[in-house]
Order: sequence, then structure tokens, then C-alpha cells
Amino acid sequence: MSLPYHLRIQKRTEEVPRWLPLATSVGAIVLAFLISALILQLIGGNPIKTFGYFFNAAFGSWGALSDVVVKATPLLLIGLGCGLAFRMRLWNIGAEGQFYIGAFFASLVPLVPLVDMETTPKFVILLMMALLGMLGGGLYGFIPGWLKAKFNVSEIISTLMLNYVAVFFNNYWIYSEFSDAGFQMTPVFAKSAWLPRLADYAREVKAFSGITLHLGVVFGLIAAFIIWIIMTRSRWGYEINLIGDNPQAARYAGINITRNVILVFMLSGALAGLAGMSEVSGVVHRLQERISTNYGFSGVIVAWLAKLNPFATILVSFLFGALIVAGREIQPSGLYFFIQGTILFLVISSDVLLRYKFELFRTAPEAAK
Amino acid sequence: MSLEIILRSGLSTGTILLFAAIGEILTELAGIQNLGVEGMMLLGAMAAFKTALATGSPWLGLLAGIAAGGLLSLAHALVTIHFQADQVVSGLSLTFLGTGLALVLGEGLTGQNAPLITNATIPLLSKIPWLGRIFFADLNILVYIGYLLIPISWWYINKTRPGMHLRAVGEKPAAADSLGINVYGVRYLYTFVGGCLAGLAGAAISIAISPGWYSNLTTSGQGWIAVALVIFAQWNPLRAALGGYLFGMLRRFMLDLQGPMLLFGLRNPFFYNHNLVFFLQMMPFVLTIIALVWGSASARRLRIGAPAALGIPYVRGERG
Repeated sequence: MSLPYHLRIQKRTEEVPRWLPLATSVGAIVLAFLISALILQLIGGNPIKTFGYFFNAAFGSWGALSDVVVKATPLLLIGLGCGLAFRMRLWNIGAEGQFYIGAFFASLVPLVPLVDMETTPKFVILLMMALLGMLGGGLYGFIPGWLKAKFNVSEIISTLMLNYVAVFFNNYWIYSEFSDAGFQMTPVFAKSAWLPRLADYAREVKAFSGITLHLGVVFGLIAAFIIWIIMTRSRWGYEINLIGDNPQAARYAGINITRNVILVFMLSGALAGLAGMSEVSGVVHRLQERISTNYGFSGVIVAWLAKLNPFATILVSFLFGALIVAGREIQPSGLYFFIQGTILFLVISSDVLLRYKFELFRTAPEAAK
Repeated sequence: MSLEIILRSGLSTGTILLFAAIGEILTELAGIQNLGVEGMMLLGAMAAFKTALATGSPWLGLLAGIAAGGLLSLAHALVTIHFQADQVVSGLSLTFLGTGLALVLGEGLTGQNAPLITNATIPLLSKIPWLGRIFFADLNILVYIGYLLIPISWWYINKTRPGMHLRAVGEKPAAADSLGINVYGVRYLYTFVGGCLAGLAGAAISIAISPGWYSNLTTSGQGWIAVALVIFAQWNPLRAALGGYLFGMLRRFMLDLQGPMLLFGLRNPFFYNHNLVFFLQMMPFVLTIIALVWGSASARRLRIGAPAALGIPYVRGERG
């Protein structure tokens, strides 16, 4: 070898340094933005202006920041659910559908209405909506879980197909039974079915006026904490981890895999369903088409980027919330997908740095001859 | 609603699924699962449409579509083969990447009219009574190319030496490696071929069978259906073709159900309540799930499984 340096690639045998996973994730995100800037430049855009605009749209004001958190809320809940399923190597790509069904179930409370919207305490109504949302998402998660456990049907395909089914199902109701005077949306919910927003307290605190931040984000934070407890402190979490790492060993240990597959899928779906409830009750205040801007798929990325860690999911969903808020504003609209795809690609590629050690050596003088 | 129309429409739209599914079969036989079919198709559709529009030649468009799908698939190949990343996640990101890239580069193509690949009639075969009129008359040229691809791919996979190598790499890469087969090379090759065929499938949509660029509605989930079809077909191109055509026919049938006022002598609910059509639109996706349940059950009974090394990265010298 005549090069003065050579690269040695070795499988890591020792522990990965603690800072490395974080560094690779951050590096991947930065690189993804650079690549997107390059693409923008190539198609004749102005990357600096676009990204400046991007930053301003997401973090430029309290209102913008609150929008970011509002967008991050469903991503957080969905990301937590997906992360839980991925931990068991179950590919729940169906959060989008579970989100829609959750939103539909929750909307039944004010639309049917299931209780008297005037006299029932707001607290009871909201609790019912949250529970029904989780039930809807959970049941919708049951289908792929059951098909996987009983018939070994690929959950990737079944969840994807169910996404389309859920959207059409939703459309049927908003075009027909629950349509608002023939429009493709339901009437606005009674106020008692709205999650409290900061803007509601504008009379007491001036600064809150126009701030759309709603209670849903608290659901997300609580869920993150609960998932963390389950995964690190409970027997069930231990079972999930074991099945994910080594299903064979788990089976020998007497863990009921069938039951766990279905349960994890249902919990994953329930979290997506809760996200749907939080979105209709906290943001849209009615059921309509396109209540999700691809939350289900972005949630997959969020979970993966957060390395399935519940607390990291909070941070990553915030970043993606910013991406969505800014992405609404920028053209071309596909750039948002492109950045997402690039980030995910780079993150999974960067994992190679965690598994292998790349070292540059000065070639020894004898070898250089 | 006539049988003839349903059959012919099934052959046309089925061709799209057939290209994508056979491509994915080749990729999966090499042990690489590429879930990015939808993204590769969309990018292929965009590239084909844009190129045909710019050059005035639909055939150049077709080539561009094939190349776009193939190039995108190389990203998946690099990440899963050399970096040993998870194939499911990589395939999903490929879908995002392809979709995003197609939408960015496809800005402003909606509503334009590109030159299209035309229909053709096969001289002698179309004279066969009834069958000729259905299978060989006035169909898109790509449909005929699809006819040819089915036996060729089957023969290639099952009867030729490179086909044998392909299956060996997907079943037992270590053994294939010890016989001197270049495992990484084979995997790269068939991931690329699969991408090219997905690109072709996309091009078949945008410049041939249902022409136009409608951003991400151009493919509207057909890439995913193609992936499902592969499992249903148990990695057999003949079954994939049959499934693709059947699926195309069902789609047309669902569409035709909405037309008549009477259905089998009864009031047609879809005619009188148009909103029920949403349930018809669900059907292709519901049927895909049912087909999967059925497919996995029969695969288990016949002990046909996925290629043994599907989804598992190969590292020389490691167990497996």
C-alpha cells in the first residue's frame, strides 16, 4: 500500500461512547438540511432565503412556537406508540389510520351526541372523548396485531392497507351522516368538547391571546413518562424488550408472544387514537378530511430518530413540529417529504458508525515501500 | 358493465402492478426487501412524464423513468448492503425520499400533456376469435411487454444459472459466497433491477396507461399493493402476474358498479347513495389484506416461505 494513510474498519467490541448516538443523529439532521439546500440550489431556489424563512416561520414568535408545539403533539403521541411497537420489532406503519379512527371515535361524543353537551361537565366529556379515541385507535391496532399473531400476515402491509381504509371510512361519515349541510366536514363541536387552550385564558393573562397551545401536549408528556416507566421499570417492559432482542429466548422463558404482539399493537394504536382525539378536540374542533398532515408516517421517523427512547421522542417531535409548521410555508411543497426522507436515510446510515470503528492510521514506513 | 371491458381494463392496469411486483420479487429473491416501491414508482412516473414532455419522445421518457427508479434503489442498496441498516426502515425512508423528490422536481407538471406511448394491435394474434380481440387488440404496447416479461422472468429465475445464483444468495448467502458467487454484487444488481422495474411501472402510469401527473395521487398506493402482491404470489412471477391482472379487473369492476341504476335486478345502492362509494374505494385495500391472509395460510401449508435470508444483512465470516 502506498497511500500515507489507510482506513481500518473494525467491528466495535467495546461499549459505544455515550455521546456518539446523539452526535450521529444531530450530524444526520444537519447533513440532511445541507443536502436539501443543495437540491434547492440546483432547481433554482435560494436555500439561504428559504431556510431563513423556514426558521422564522417556526421560531419567529411566541405564536409560531406555540404552533410548533401544537404540531408536535400528535407526533409525540404517535412516535411513542410506534417506538413501543418497534422495540418489539413490530412495524406499525398504520398510525395514520389509527389516528383517523381515534379521531372518529372521539368525535362521536359531540356529534351523536353521546351525552348532553350542555349539562355534562366539560371534564367528563373530554375524558370520554380521550377514552373513546384510545379505544378506537386500540381496536384498529388490534386488527394488524391479531392478523400478525394468528396468521403471520406482514403487519407492514396490513397496517398500510388499513390506513387507506380508515381514510375512506372517515370520508363516508363526513360526507354523509355527519356532514355539515352537505359540506365535506362535520359541524363544529360544542365548546364543551374543546380541549382548553391558552388563548381561552387571554382575559386573565394578556400574553396568551391568540396562543393556540392546548392541553393535548400534556397528554403527550404524561404518555412519554408512562411509556418510560413501562419500558424500564415493569415486568411487561422487560418482556417487550426480550421479545424484541431475542424472540427465541423469550419463547423459552415462557413469555406469551401472541398476547404481547396483540397488546403492544393495541397500545400503539391507542396512542395514535389519542393523538387523533387531541387533534380534533384541541385544534380542528370538527371532523373533516385531511386532519392529519402525514402524522402517521412522520411519527415513524420521529420514533426512529429518537432511537425509541421516550424522552428523546419529545425533543425529536418538537423538531418535526417545526419542520411541519415551516414546511406549510415553503415551496415547493414536496421539500418537506424530501427532508424527512433524507434525515431518516442518514440516521440509519450513520448507525454504521455505532457498530463499526473507523480509524485512520498512518501507514508504517516499511509498509509504504 | 361488460366482461370484455373489465378484462381489458384489468390487463391494462394490472400491467402496472405486474412490473412493480416482478421487480420486487427479483429484489427479494436476492434477500433484500425494498419497501420503497411506492417512492420509486412515483419518481419513475415523474421522470418519465417530465422527460417525455421535454424531449417529445415517450420512449426517452420511459428510459428516464426506468433509470430514475433504478438510481433511487441504489440508495437502498448501499444503506442495507454495505451499512447493514434495517431494511424496513430504509425502505420506508426510500418512499419518503422518492415521494419528496418527485414532488419537488415535478412542480408544475400537473395539467400538461406529454407525448404518450400508444396502443397497438398484434397482427396475427388479434385475429383469434374473441380472445384475440381481448388480449391482443388495441392495448398499450407496455401491456404486451408485460406479457413477455412474465415467462421470461419465470424462466430466468428457475431455469438459468444466474437465476440459480440469485436464489442461492437469497436463501443461503454464506454458501453462495463459498461457491464464489459475489453476494454483495448480486444483491446490488437485483436491487437495481427491482428499482428499474418499479420505475418502469411508474412510467407505465404517467405516460401510457393512465397518463398524466397528479403529484402523489399518480401512484395512489399501488406501490404498496405491489409489495403485498409479492407475498401473495409467493415469490412466483406467474402468480404475481395473475394477481396483478385480477386486481386490475376488480378495480374496474368496483368502478363499474357505480354506474347502473339496477344491480342484479335490485336497486343499486351505490347509484342512489353516492357516499357508499367510499366503501367501494376501500375494497382494493381490504381485498389485499384478505389475499395476504389467504396467501400466508397457503404458504404455511405448502411450506413455501420467504427467501430464508430475506431482510438479513450478510457479513462475510459472521454466523449464518
